[in-house]
Amino acid sequence: MGEKTLTRMDLSEAVFREVGLSRNESAELVEAVLQHMSDSLVAGEQVKISSFGTFSVREKAARVGRNPKTGQEVPIQPRRVLTFRPSHLMKDRVAAGNKR
Amino acid sequence: MWGMIRSELIQKIADENPHLYQRDVERIVNTIFEEITNAMARGDRVELRGFGAFSVKKRDARVGRNPRTGESVEVEEKHVPFFKTGKLLRDRLNGK
Repeated sequence: MGEKTLTRMDLSEAVFREVGLSRNESAELVEAVLQHMSDSLVAGEQVKISSFGTFSVREKAARVGRNPKTGQEVPIQPRRVLTFRPSHLMKDRVAAGNKR
Repeated sequence: MWGMIRSELIQKIADENPHLYQRDVERIVNTIFEEITNAMARGDRVELRGFGAFSVKKRDARVGRNPRTGESVEVEEKHVPFFKTGKLLRDRLNGK
């Protein structure tokens, strides 16, 4: 099983190999994809990538939290959180690929 | 719920890059998602700073139950995809 961490650089390298654009332009396109996805999510939209998965934004209500060290109560403001639901295809591929 | 799907994402990138063929833009966008899935299938992590990190989590074997019959069933150990939102995106979602 792998232990490597891939970054934007690995994704742009893959784009560079696949399409043959310059490394610079490949990196810009990877950035543009992430930027468009982020912008949609920040606007409260869902981003649905077929056979990959769905990113959606959920509203969390305000609640009273507790500082685990001091035990003191602290108000937690209402906030928006992002959830990712992998597609069946991704779940199957990840399960199969990591099977011992 | 409204939102954006893969083809709309491809269209936006195509509109911003009139010098590229539509089919190349499709290949570019598909390659990005394919690379991420391939990495997780190998057990690797993908860290996209500011956006988030994709990783694989191990779920231990357990004894499950058939909800209809109540019968016990062995559920094998398995690996599942996981995504953690990056700090920058989390802050942007909350108007910071």
